Amino acid sequence: MSALALASAAASAPAPALDTAAVDLPTLRFITCGSVDDGKSTLIGRLLFERRLIPDDLLATLKRDSLRHGTDGENIDYALLVDGLEAEREQGITIDVAWRYFATPTRSFMVADTPGHEQYTRNMATGASQADCAVVLVDARKGVSRQTRRHAAIVALMGVRHVILAVNKIDLVDYDAGVFHAIAAEFTAFATRLGLEGVVALPVAARFGDNMSARGERLGWFNGPTLIEALERVSLTAKAEPLPFRMWVQWVNRPDLNFRGLAGTIASGSIGVGDSVVMAPSGASARIRRIHTADGDLARATTGDAVSLVLDHEIDAARGDLISTPESRPQVADQFAAHLIWMSADKLLPGRSYLMKIGSRLVPTSLTAIRRRIDVDTLEPLAAATLDLNEIGVCNLSTSVPVSFDAYADNHATGAFILIDRETNVTAAAGMIDFALRRATNVHRQALVINKTERAALKGQKPLILWFTGLSGSGKSTIANLVEARLHALGAHTTLLDGDNMRHGLNRNLGFTNADRVENIRRVGEVAKLMLEAGVIALCSFISPFKADRDMVRALVEPGEFVEIYVETSLEACIARDTKGLYKRALAGQIKNFTGIDQPYEAPQAAELVLTTEGTPAEVLADRVIDYVLAKGLRG
Amino acid sequence: MPVLSRHLRALESEAIFIMRETVAEFARPVMLYSIGKDSSVMLHVALKAFSPGRLPFPLLHVDTTWKFREMIAFRDALAARHDLKMIVHINRQGLERGVSPIASGSSVHTHVMKTEGLRQALDEHQFDAAFGGARRDEEKSRAKERIFSHRSSAHAWDPRNQRPELWNLFNTRIKRGESMRVFPLSNWTEADVWDYIAAENIAVPELYFARPRPVVWRDGTWIMVDDERLPLLPGEIPEIRMVRFRTLGCYPLTGAVPSTATTLPEIIDEMRGSSVSERQGRLIDADETGSMEKKKREGYF
Repeated sequence: MSALALASAAASAPAPALDTAAVDLPTLRFITCGSVDDGKSTLIGRLLFERRLIPDDLLATLKRDSLRHGTDGENIDYALLVDGLEAEREQGITIDVAWRYFATPTRSFMVADTPGHEQYTRNMATGASQADCAVVLVDARKGVSRQTRRHAAIVALMGVRHVILAVNKIDLVDYDAGVFHAIAAEFTAFATRLGLEGVVALPVAARFGDNMSARGERLGWFNGPTLIEALERVSLTAKAEPLPFRMWVQWVNRPDLNFRGLAGTIASGSIGVGDSVVMAPSGASARIRRIHTADGDLARATTGDAVSLVLDHEIDAARGDLISTPESRPQVADQFAAHLIWMSADKLLPGRSYLMKIGSRLVPTSLTAIRRRIDVDTLEPLAAATLDLNEIGVCNLSTSVPVSFDAYADNHATGAFILIDRETNVTAAAGMIDFALRRATNVHRQALVINKTERAALKGQKPLILWFTGLSGSGKSTIANLVEARLHALGAHTTLLDGDNMRHGLNRNLGFTNADRVENIRRVGEVAKLMLEAGVIALCSFISPFKADRDMVRALVEPGEFVEIYVETSLEACIARDTKGLYKRALAGQIKNFTGIDQPYEAPQAAELVLTTEGTPAEVLADRVIDYVLAKGLRG
Repeated sequence: MPVLSRHLRALESEAIFIMRETVAEFARPVMLYSIGKDSSVMLHVALKAFSPGRLPFPLLHVDTTWKFREMIAFRDALAARHDLKMIVHINRQGLERGVSPIASGSSVHTHVMKTEGLRQALDEHQFDAAFGGARRDEEKSRAKERIFSHRSSAHAWDPRNQRPELWNLFNTRIKRGESMRVFPLSNWTEADVWDYIAAENIAVPELYFARPRPVVWRDGTWIMVDDERLPLLPGEIPEIRMVRFRTLGCYPLTGAVPSTATTLPEIIDEMRGSSVSERQGRLIDADETGSMEKKKREGYF
């Protein structure tokens, strides 16, 4: 027993051995989600009732309230148990996240009852951010709805790893197996598109308790788990590859001159006495001398442990620093692409400054661009000038100082952040970092003796990126090929990057999803930049439908080096040409995410050159590009 | 020392995280100490969170002057034993106005001596964050309260306008004059609290254990005759019964339950078999459904 114990214990008997310790599974945090009236609150109320967690006096209150507010006549309305706030009881809806607790003989559970209405998407996301598992409810009579898809998309976006589909109100379709199987198949297909794997589907009638704790005769045909069994089986053991060690310094514990501990909770991985650690962003390193806890020093501490790390020598460390091991450091950057869920009634204002809280670090941040908004029903990207309450978008952010992080997909504890409105202090957004747009300037780069200027001088030319953008079939590649041939004839060193040579090699692991399209262009931009730095004129021919992505490439290089060339051809003309037969297949629904058909194309507003192809031969248009390059000075 | 279950260890770590976050982000934190089992657990976790140092904040007890005598003795002994800075605040104006649970009724007494008293103390000491031991499983409106719960400069809670709490990224920003109530035990249940008290061997007042005590049957519950201030109604004769308290408040407002549980394991057994909620003994909650939410909006903890 430690010295601090409050345990002189006049009153307390010797501590007994706890007989619950036979099975020691970690607590499971889960959320329920689904449309309004799919029965989320009823399901939780019934779970609590079946775990005998509704005491008699509350049951009496419930019966009284059921008559007044209930929607179920004389029967007990279990939803009233969880709809705690007065306004909710009156309106019969759940407007805020309610946390409930129950335990079975083998596991403790914490459940968030999250709202179904569209305007409360933010509350659902809040619940999802803390959940290991999501129970998605679907009304057996209504099937998969818009809200079901929406919530599944948020669950996927927030990286909730386990999904249970509960087809509820199965009593209202006469316990029909066919209805259940059809809904399960439809949902599983959608979930797969979202990257949600291993969905466990089961039928329930929450009101009557069918297949909640016990199967019941009326669902005798079903041989999968009950809801409780499914929840008990969710495994929280780490993925095949354990995450690297991360701990945010939360508070420097310095009670006297003899003790200096970096207090924090281990966010991922584990650490032992004697291990080397590195501070980010400073880069200072030391070894672990002690791992202090009030219950005595530990030899090794692991994820979730609240500790104070004592180092072998004093290094500069403060709240907001991220501790890692030297072998697997976090990234450090000051510009990011991130998914945002907007949570404030005040719209997102690009250019405005917010406070970003990531781990224990708080930094001023501005939103530099909205790359796109995501329609969570269809998952399609849409152009957007702002984000409104409950909308989800992909944005570029710029922090005032470099921040250490990992991509959210790799590590939630170091990839998640919130944005705080500096005037009202409200939590304006939940954010998930996708990747860094630019490495921080204080990260050591290889010092370059020979630079772009020297290389270009040797070639006797001025390097450029000629970026051809336009719809599929607009004529980009035809024109780009002609331009390259003429530049070559003029003695210029060139290269041509297009979908063919990029997607078959460097980018062959990328598809045509939104994220992949962004990554595709990002890589192309980086390659084009390398070519530029080699002194070469890089011709790039890509549909590149999003303005934000083209602007990102422009921002990689110096002003004047990026030349945006809009190859303007009407969609009708492209469809009529259809040289590769792609439009025919896209229109038939055989190709998804096809620009111009089911994905938008954001035409450039300020391109250096606009080439209108209809009515003008490609050769003439190529000459216009050559004229532009010569006018700017081919020889530098 | 018994090893904590993973469940309790996770709850303890979470509470430590919340406390450290508060100390790192606020200028003048304070811990509301109410002498009950939840306060005992909260204080125990706090001493762990800041070990090997002392608590980096004072404790505040808002004394209504109607607490059980044993509670006050327990408080003073605890403060002396751990060398804690314990601020005791009494609403003097309330006392001068003659407010008491006997003369004024539970609702007025609680509002003046607890809610107003708390607001006075927070204002007087300019505390910007106050830890409370409330748990979400206690009452329906508490189930929806945030861990970091924002209060206006008038100490009011606006349940419709709470900040979302994502991951463990707490938004601790407040404006001058505003404050935060912080609930490190939000995710604990009554069973967790008792299991933890047993596992960590934490001292709690004797009142939680069944003992022969002088009680009268009033308003459908057993009220303990703790001192001579409790006027006996016609026909009421104190009798000695084996009773204990599941929750501790002002003695004329806190009902005892008949019990034979004299040890911690017996209390835990009794609680697991109980079919009555914890706050059922609290007369102040019973006014009407939603009354806790109403009190909280006015600044009650």
